[in-house]
Amino acid sequence: MNSANYLYLSALLFTLGAVGVVVRRNAIVVFMCIELMLNAANLSFVTFSRINGNLDGQVVAFFTMVVAACEVVIGLAIIVTIYRSRRSASVDDASLLKR
Amino acid sequence: MFNTNSLVYLIGLPLFGATFLLLAGRKVDKWGHILATVLSGSAFIVGVDQFFQMANRAPEDRAITQVLFSWINVGTFNVDAALLLDQLSICFVLLITGVGTLIHIYSIAYMSHDENRRRFFAYLNLFIAAMLLLVLGNSYLNLYVGWEGVGLASYLLIGFWNQKPAYATASKKAFIANRVGDMGLSLAIMIAFATLGTVSFAGVAEKSHTASQGALTAIGIMLLVAATGKSAQFPLQAWLGDAMAGPTPVSALIHAATMVTAGVYLIVRSNFIFDAAPTAQLLVVIIGAITLMFGAIIGTAKDDIKKALAASTMSQIGYMVLASGLGPVGYAFAIMHLLTHGFFKAGMFLGAGSVMHGMDDEVNMRKFGGIRLFMPITFVTFGLGYLAILGVPPFAGFYSKDKIIETAFYSGGIKGILIGSVALLGAGITAFYMSRLMILTFMGTPRYTEDKNPHESSFLILLPMAILAIGSVASGFLLSHGNALVNWLSPLFEMTEETENEIMPPIVISSLALVFVAAGFALAWKMYARSAVSNTAPTDVSIFTKAARRDLFQDDFNEAVFMRPGQLLTKTLVSTDELLVDGTVRGIGKAAIGSGNLLRTTQTGFVRSYAALILIGAISLIAAIWVVTQ
Amino acid sequence: MNYLTTLMLLPILGAVLIALLPKSQGLFAKYAALVTTILVAVLTVVMAREFIRDSTDLQFVESYDWIKSFGIKFAVGIDGIALVLILMSVILTPIVILAGWNESEGGRWSVKTFYILILILEAMVIGVFAASDVFLFYVFFEAMLIPVYFLIGGYGSGARTAAAVKFLIYSLFGGLLMLASIIGLYVISGQQGDHTFDLQTLSTLQISSTTQNLLFLGFFIAFAIKAPLFPFHTWLPDAAAAGTPGTSVLLLGILDKVGTFGMIRYCLTLFPDATKTFTPVIIVFSVISILYGAFLAIGARDIKRLIAYTSISHFGFITLGIFAMTTQGHSGATLYMFNHGFSTAALFLVAGWMISRRGSSTISDFGGLQRITPVMAWSFFLAGMSSLALPGLSSFVSEFLVLVGTYTRYPAAAIIATFGIVLAALYILIPVQKALHGPTSPGNENLSDLNLREKIAIAPVMAAIVFLGFYPAPLLNVINPIAQHTIAQLGFTDPVPTNGGK
Repeated sequence: MNSANYLYLSALLFTLGAVGVVVRRNAIVVFMCIELMLNAANLSFVTFSRINGNLDGQVVAFFTMVVAACEVVIGLAIIVTIYRSRRSASVDDASLLKR
Repeated sequence: MFNTNSLVYLIGLPLFGATFLLLAGRKVDKWGHILATVLSGSAFIVGVDQFFQMANRAPEDRAITQVLFSWINVGTFNVDAALLLDQLSICFVLLITGVGTLIHIYSIAYMSHDENRRRFFAYLNLFIAAMLLLVLGNSYLNLYVGWEGVGLASYLLIGFWNQKPAYATASKKAFIANRVGDMGLSLAIMIAFATLGTVSFAGVAEKSHTASQGALTAIGIMLLVAATGKSAQFPLQAWLGDAMAGPTPVSALIHAATMVTAGVYLIVRSNFIFDAAPTAQLLVVIIGAITLMFGAIIGTAKDDIKKALAASTMSQIGYMVLASGLGPVGYAFAIMHLLTHGFFKAGMFLGAGSVMHGMDDEVNMRKFGGIRLFMPITFVTFGLGYLAILGVPPFAGFYSKDKIIETAFYSGGIKGILIGSVALLGAGITAFYMSRLMILTFMGTPRYTEDKNPHESSFLILLPMAILAIGSVASGFLLSHGNALVNWLSPLFEMTEETENEIMPPIVISSLALVFVAAGFALAWKMYARSAVSNTAPTDVSIFTKAARRDLFQDDFNEAVFMRPGQLLTKTLVSTDELLVDGTVRGIGKAAIGSGNLLRTTQTGFVRSYAALILIGAISLIAAIWVVTQ
Repeated sequence: MNYLTTLMLLPILGAVLIALLPKSQGLFAKYAALVTTILVAVLTVVMAREFIRDSTDLQFVESYDWIKSFGIKFAVGIDGIALVLILMSVILTPIVILAGWNESEGGRWSVKTFYILILILEAMVIGVFAASDVFLFYVFFEAMLIPVYFLIGGYGSGARTAAAVKFLIYSLFGGLLMLASIIGLYVISGQQGDHTFDLQTLSTLQISSTTQNLLFLGFFIAFAIKAPLFPFHTWLPDAAAAGTPGTSVLLLGILDKVGTFGMIRYCLTLFPDATKTFTPVIIVFSVISILYGAFLAIGARDIKRLIAYTSISHFGFITLGIFAMTTQGHSGATLYMFNHGFSTAALFLVAGWMISRRGSSTISDFGGLQRITPVMAWSFFLAGMSSLALPGLSSFVSEFLVLVGTYTRYPAAAIIATFGIVLAALYILIPVQKALHGPTSPGNENLSDLNLREKIAIAPVMAAIVFLGFYPAPLLNVINPIAQHTIAQLGFTDPVPTNGGK
């Protein structure tokens, strides 16, 4: 099968994720979309690894997974804390950063 | 008794007294004044001992130098802390410690009711030490230390009762006027070092033969500036009248007998410079002549007994400065007048203090009158001083002042006639204002109020006055007998063969002077003894009297030319600093904050907009790369 | 013995010890800080006794690799000038602690933090004077700001935060320019040999005149801000007025000296040609500083600001002496740094006591103190006399040397600068008259005189002022060789007496 198809899928997933991050308000959903983007990137890495015939891409994919895992842990914790204090998981409500 | 290296005791004794009394505090209030007097007296004894030792040596060996330690030593700038005692400085040492000790004794009684008497004596001792350093220093820089030291002591003593704002202002004024003079001294030293490479008297004297006229003139003029500050000469004379705010013994010691004559000392000490710089020398004469008249004119209109005496001091120092500007022939007479003046003026100041003491500190002469009956001894001692300053033979002033007038006339040409006439006229005016003072205070009928109870002062006050009165009578004769002082000092000066300019014989000049004096006295007698004197100053007086009362507008001039523009400049600079200099700094800060605020508007706080911006950024970046690589 | 490192470590050690204390042990922290700083002072004196006076080389040299790949070393060593300044700093620090015994209370943070900051500052100051590696110098130069920032911002009065920020940013700006120059030097050193930050090596570089001018300006502006020289001075009055008196003494007395020290040690040695190019301009700015600072001091209403302005005037004298390029000017300037430290310390500490008793720093709020608190009034007066350079007190020697040294090369500048001595009389005597003389004004009746601790703190300062006025030789003997050396290195010789051109 043409490896390029994987790349198209990856691009599609990434776009979906990006659009999700921009348009959705719910922090959990935004978070899931970010995961989607990360995994889209992983897919590209693996694909390139196959195309180039070496393991570099796969190694990076593992790194990304580790980072993603860490991010999930911290991110979820933040979201839960925000939800607890504000009774809302909307990212637009948590706009305190500007002050 | 003391070896030749005992010079340090001269300064050390009073310096110790000042330090000790200031540090010891109230614990020594009971006997502090005695200690100070004893120390000052001991310094006098050391001085007398030194004098006899010196007199026993051959004239060329009389000067001795004692190097204490190397003070400042940088590159070629080497100044030792060293003392020089020669024929000139010993005159001053004896005057300072002698009159100083008498005034210490006087002050024991005069200040006995003051709770800060110990502090007063500490200042007096400080003054004696500084003044001795001034006349004993062997270089201009050592002299400078004493020079400012006496300024400090004078400041502290003028402002001794500084709880009165006017007195505090007077002391500040004196210090600042003196500082202007000090600036001259600083510059003189700098020029001397830059051009001659040395600042010691001996070094400068030696190099003065090789230096250019211009450099020497510059040094001379700067020294003259210094002298005008310290000796209250025109144009820095304004502080002396106000300095009378200090206790009367201070006026007698510092502002009559010793400190104010330091300028004369400086000029005479720097004879080698002035002899080689005729322009500077001429300026000295001119300044002396102007001040002589200036002081005399002010003196005629003053009702405050101390201020009248202060004006007289200014005028008499004018005589000395004039004499010291006449070259080698004049130096000795300047010093002689300085010494006799030290006696009679200090005596008169102390007399004025005695009068004030008996009159509840009243100083307005119009509220005196007929006091001779109650204070006979004060009257007599004051009277002897009065006769001395008038120049009546055979009192002291006759010998010293007549010589100055004579030398002025003989200095040659139009200049000689001009300054001679000024000196002669000054003598007449002196007679007028001193007679006025004498008549208003001691003669006539009482004009004081009932509650005043004039009484003679105590023994400790009268004793110094009596001794000074003896000096006023005898010092002139003793100093000029067989040309004693002239011969004593002559090894220091380079005598040039004077072209005799005897435009009239000395006896004519003396007679002329006496005629002027008699005229001045007659005028005063007519105005104040033969006609009633009001106890308030009349207001319907001529413009000249008004001008003299206002000190010939010296304060108005200083205020208009220096003080107000200075204040304006200060205000302008303060606001410039605030608005322009700091404004620029704050402006830059504000600009940074402003641009930050502007950029901050893009930071909405909405996570999604940040995400969108990141996305747009990433896409544009990729697009840009794509476009470029295509 | 590695004196310099020990000297730096000792205060750090003290700071660590204090940091380990519980917050409630404020008094113990005070004593610990006092003992530490006294130890440092004693050790410095011991070191000074081993100093070889006639040598112009760096002494007590130590050098360790720090960041090897960049050629950065922890290299220290001192010459006469640095020794004198270190001595001044370590003597003043315990005095400041003792004098401002209660300054640390009522601040934003705890008492012990105050002393930790002071001790760290002392270590940094020793480092900045001792560093012989330009990068190390830069690190200390910047690091020194941090404790002062917290001292002003945390323990000061009035608009302390604003003043602290202004001080920090102003100084950092200067530091940035200096950093650029340092990097420039580093690059050039790489072109002409090994990359290095060693001062000695850098001073032998061949640099084109344009580059040298630019690099010189980077250093000079940093130092002119620190010193401070007109027109970079406006941070100083704010900072001095906002800080506690002790902080202000450290700021005016010690920290500012880093600026003038830097001019000698870095501007002059690294860029001899650029120095000559810029000398006339700097002389002009020095003279302006002298008069400008004096006029502002005359116009000042706040006593702390007044003292800060007098310092601007005095720093004008110091830079004038440095750039007059004569032995007298140079030695005088270094001596001036030392003397100014003491006279300003005396003035500021006494002013601080006056302010804390009266609760106001406005001069016109005081009146008639001489009658109520004679010892305090006398201390202020004597300190003031030292500030106006009364002969017989230490500042006179240095001021006169600067003037004499300047006159031989730049007569006009010296003559104008001499006007400063009249203005000095004004700016000292005006507050003296307002605060000490006159009738006792309301609010001053119950002020208490100096207590024993304060007397003990001020006595050594006063003693030093008087002693060094009469006998400056101990310091001059240390300063002279290096001053002569510096002048000679720059290719100058003292002007010979001109005899007025005859």
